[in-house]
Amino acid sequence: MRRFSWFNATSLTLGFAFLYLPMILLVIYSFNESRLVTVWAGFSTKWYGELFRDQEFLDAAWVTVKVAVFSSTLATILGTMAAYVLVRAGRFLGRTLFSGMIYAPLVMPEVITGLSLLLLFIGIGLDRGVFTIVLAHTTFSMCYVSVVVSSRLSSFDRSLEEAALDLGCSAFEAFRLVTLPIIAPAVISGWLLAFTLSLDDLVIASFTTGPSATTLPIKIFSAVRLGVSPQINALSTILIAIVTIGVITTSIITKRASQAQARDEQAAIRAED
Amino acid sequence: MRRFALIAVPYLWLLVLFLVPFVIVLKISLSDVALARPPYMPQLDLSTGWEGLKAFFAELDFENFTFLTTDDLYWKAYLSSLKIAAISTLLTLAVGYPIAYGMARAAPEWRPTLLMLVILPFWTSFLIRVYSWMGILSTEGVLNTVLLKIGIISEPLMIMNTPTAVYIGIVYTYLPFMVLPIYSALEKMDESLIEAAEDLGCSKLAAFWLVTWPLSKNGIVAGSFLVFIPALGEFVIPSLLGGSGTLMIGKVLWEEFFNNRDWPVASAVAVILLLILIVPIVLFQRNEQKAREAEG
Repeated sequence: MRRFSWFNATSLTLGFAFLYLPMILLVIYSFNESRLVTVWAGFSTKWYGELFRDQEFLDAAWVTVKVAVFSSTLATILGTMAAYVLVRAGRFLGRTLFSGMIYAPLVMPEVITGLSLLLLFIGIGLDRGVFTIVLAHTTFSMCYVSVVVSSRLSSFDRSLEEAALDLGCSAFEAFRLVTLPIIAPAVISGWLLAFTLSLDDLVIASFTTGPSATTLPIKIFSAVRLGVSPQINALSTILIAIVTIGVITTSIITKRASQAQARDEQAAIRAED
Repeated sequence: MRRFALIAVPYLWLLVLFLVPFVIVLKISLSDVALARPPYMPQLDLSTGWEGLKAFFAELDFENFTFLTTDDLYWKAYLSSLKIAAISTLLTLAVGYPIAYGMARAAPEWRPTLLMLVILPFWTSFLIRVYSWMGILSTEGVLNTVLLKIGIISEPLMIMNTPTAVYIGIVYTYLPFMVLPIYSALEKMDESLIEAAEDLGCSKLAAFWLVTWPLSKNGIVAGSFLVFIPALGEFVIPSLLGGSGTLMIGKVLWEEFFNNRDWPVASAVAVILLLILIVPIVLFQRNEQKAREAEG
């Protein structure tokens, strides 16, 4: 029996309207000729033009992308290692502390993480800039990566790895040839998650950066604090578009991959018969 | 040897960049402000050996913590953060539960799309999602313009720069954290249980209250913590939507650090916030463990 009542339909409609209307309004008003949000003065792309002429925004965007690429790659390597340790390494000295340090950053308020990292960097006399933001972002996003990867690691059959070891693979070869291809989707989504978290972070970046490196969120925050500014609408629209295209593309790719996998499995079952 | 390296690399990384920094925060919270770079003292000087170490510890005190209790700004900020976080968690539950319920009861072929629609905003910038409400809630914003035109109100509503705006901001940005765990609890539920309850004479509402609600409890608890914990230390939402009238501890810490440049007091604020958070974090982890055991 289908239980899709009017109640469910209304709650979904209202819920999704609540989630999407603010962003749709932002996109609409990014094409507004007028500086004011509420006065529609005709269609215009002038705020996009102003955005691309603003060197500070372009510099900040470049710093942000650089930081995100470096930190998410580093976080993926460290996070995958940590996940492997959590799921496969068994007992070792300080295991509880280790798993605590993996899960704690996920719930730590950003102001505390940012403050503590800044005090560390100052304590050891590290010059703040792109390098220190990369260190900070790597630290918190490696924990997200390891949670994503470890759930995939713990759900797949360990005997596959053991078979590879029995057939003469070294531990590293077994990881590279058997484990890694199986956990690859989790590793990739871990990287994407780390990348987005880094692009998005304002608070930790504000604490750990120096005057030489301003990221896009820091720039947006200082512009927005002064009031609503149309360039930010244009920038937001661009970012929303990138994310939407990215998420839809990945979901189509994964859907195709899982369909292909289902096809292969069915073919294998038929071949067995 | 390889096993050792595999464990040691992420372990050391987290020790140096996660645990050690907290020890430093704790140490600085016990230090005094100084007009120097860095602006606190005493500094640990290892070259003087044991005597230096003893002198260093002798100079640490709880002065900053006593200061926090004497100025009522701080405990008011803690209380108001707790209140705002608690109320917005309840509001997020009220908004999020019907969405999760609707998703779990939708046709199976629709569910992946609905799931993606809930996750999509999570991938878009947090800052932009908060900012989008500034154009809606401000005095000349979209909401007031529309309401004035329809004639529901004659004076613009003052929502921007009030706690109400902060509630809206938190509910909006943290909604996926609430919807997803409740959805995954409801989706696993066996629908025949409801039919059984109705066959046994329950009304629809009673069946919901006696069957569906208890079965989604793990999801509700997980979602509530996922909203409450980050909301407590929130900085961006109160500073953009709350104006100067809303007091939240994350904002106080930020201002103490960047505007007043009082690093020891900022550190003390952080230490107490951390102490308050230990309770919900431990409860959250217990709930997660219970859920995992129930599954496995």
